[in-house]
Amino acid sequence: MTIVQLLTLINSAIAFGTVIMLGAIGEILIEKAGNLNLGIPGIMYLGGIGGMIAAFFYELHGGASPVVGLILSFVCSMLFAALGGLIYAFLTITLRANQNVTGLTLTIFGGGVANFFGASLNTLAGGVGQISVPVTSSAYIAYTPLGYMGTFGKLFFAHGFMAYLAIALAIAMRYFLNRTRTGLNLRAVGENPGTADAAGINVTAYKYLAIIVGAAIAGLGGLFYTMDYIKGTWANDGTIEGLGWLAVALVIFATWKPLNAIWGSYLFGFVYWAYLYIPGLSRRSLELFKMLPYVITLVVLIIVSLRKKRENQPPASLGLSYFREER
Amino acid sequence: MAKAAHTTREPVILMSKRGELLPPWKSWGIRVIGFLLSLVVSGIVIMMVSGLNPAAVFATMLDGAVGTTKRSWVTVRDAMTLLCIAVGLAPAFKMRFWNIGAEGQILVGAIASAACMIYLKNLPTLLLIPVMICASLIAGGIWGFFPGLFKARWNTNETLFTLMMNYIAIQLTSFFVALWENPFGSNSVGVINSQNKQGWLPNLLQEGYNKDFGWNVIIVLTVTLIMYLYMNHSKHGYEISVIGDSENTARYAGIRVNRAYVRTIVFSGAICGLAGFVAVSGASHTISTSTAGGRGFTAIIVAWLAQFNSVVMIVFSFLLVFLQKGAQAIASTYNLSQEVSEMITGIILFFLLGSEFFVNYTVHFRGKKVAK
Repeated sequence: MTIVQLLTLINSAIAFGTVIMLGAIGEILIEKAGNLNLGIPGIMYLGGIGGMIAAFFYELHGGASPVVGLILSFVCSMLFAALGGLIYAFLTITLRANQNVTGLTLTIFGGGVANFFGASLNTLAGGVGQISVPVTSSAYIAYTPLGYMGTFGKLFFAHGFMAYLAIALAIAMRYFLNRTRTGLNLRAVGENPGTADAAGINVTAYKYLAIIVGAAIAGLGGLFYTMDYIKGTWANDGTIEGLGWLAVALVIFATWKPLNAIWGSYLFGFVYWAYLYIPGLSRRSLELFKMLPYVITLVVLIIVSLRKKRENQPPASLGLSYFREER
Repeated sequence: MAKAAHTTREPVILMSKRGELLPPWKSWGIRVIGFLLSLVVSGIVIMMVSGLNPAAVFATMLDGAVGTTKRSWVTVRDAMTLLCIAVGLAPAFKMRFWNIGAEGQILVGAIASAACMIYLKNLPTLLLIPVMICASLIAGGIWGFFPGLFKARWNTNETLFTLMMNYIAIQLTSFFVALWENPFGSNSVGVINSQNKQGWLPNLLQEGYNKDFGWNVIIVLTVTLIMYLYMNHSKHGYEISVIGDSENTARYAGIRVNRAYVRTIVFSGAICGLAGFVAVSGASHTISTSTAGGRGFTAIIVAWLAQFNSVVMIVFSFLLVFLQKGAQAIASTYNLSQEVSEMITGIILFFLLGSEFFVNYTVHFRGKKVAK
């Protein structure tokens, strides 16, 4: 393997990792509040299509400024994803529907909405062919001149701004969860909502906010995928759903710690793309190779449950609805 | 100051659990209202995105799902496959074992069936089909065994475990698709044994090209009946419902909880594997990564909404497949994208999930006396 190949591999790993890292950070926040949200793939879909819709209509009406397109799509993406989170939050918290079932429904719904609009937005607006938003996308892909400075520049500076945003969010999430009073309260809600309630923490408000904010962050994963990863187009091939489940897997792999999600996501990306650079891999063994991220996650899940270290466990009341009268 | 205000405040909306269960006509009435509301909302959504008259759209749906004999049979076939998965999932879910790995269990069952069709095609059909059934049951059972074992022994989170098993199964399917590729380079298996139809479930009612799916119906309804008896009239079924209500009670009563976990999830996985057999031998006669096609997830919702009641599961399976077929008809008639069906399914499921709340809880508004 040459150095150029290695660089390309690392760069694709980082791009791939950024998608699932954003999804995972959002999901960590949600799970820390005690909600197992299996709707992450749907939320990432909503985030992706939200940004797409904003950028599409902006460019359709003659918008030519990449920065405006970026702001519009960014805000719209978070809004769509947060709305998906709100549906989930309302059903699971206020109406006490089962979290797993609601999450799966959200995944079906989000995928349906996104792929429906992704495939027919152009037709509905009277155009033909594949949807594409080159102007907005260029703002996401752009990087500073530092990115052209040799190997070092290509390695560290040749990424769209969201790759850095993801890392910043992971660090901020870690600070929020472990170093702030609000973060402590949030974790209390996820561990034991009854105790948190008795201590005067508004469990419902914490859960709602955590889910909505977490969903908005996870939606950015979908946005990064459509705008940067596939360069401002839309593909109805179900990739986002697969990436969404990987994001859920990454949360386990990272044992609910945002900082682990950073290197974990890059590792997933590396393993995912490594097959391109292994000589003599037949198509069959390639498919087996692609199994690796899931097998690794499974092994981590098993090891974590075997070792029973307290700091590596899932939040104690993960997946359970809280109803004050039922204590 | 804030505290004083807090003590005198009364919530605007007060929710409380219903004291006794509602009579069936009331609880089902609530669900039907939820369903009708969801139809109104999906109608509005369809109107907004396409400018079509919702009544015409629903007529198209009806035509798409049951418009011709062939379409009706396809609807029945798909409803049966979905029902088979839901029936398989029910026991696991009833004991609060979150098996979201049906997708994977279907796929390994499908792989096992397809393997039999390919490698054992010289066996007579009468022998081959039972072999395929056994193989798919075993494959699905194995896929369920591991999460069950780890849950029982080390309390490993089964939701996440089964989720990962799905993806391993999907890659495994891709591997076998590449292995059995036919014709070479097409990246698909193609119709297996298209010449002599070895290992295909035959027609039940008539000979000839027009396939009825009578055998699918018989197989799946038999499984449903067996499951009904198992859940309601056997010691194992009783143990499952006790564990589902309270694991500690079950342990105190001397039920071997761990053994029940493993046994039930193997059983559950095996039935899902059988659904893979039904999908391959009874419907598509091929295998691909979309053989399961999200049905493993949809079936969870079917089983949950039906509260694991076998008869109600039949109703919900038909409802969901009917909606999907109908929405696909809308899509092709009005030149919309196929995914409109998932969007509508999502909306309807949200409403059905939400209506469960009103079945189990009452809502009081401030100022009104709480009726006792």
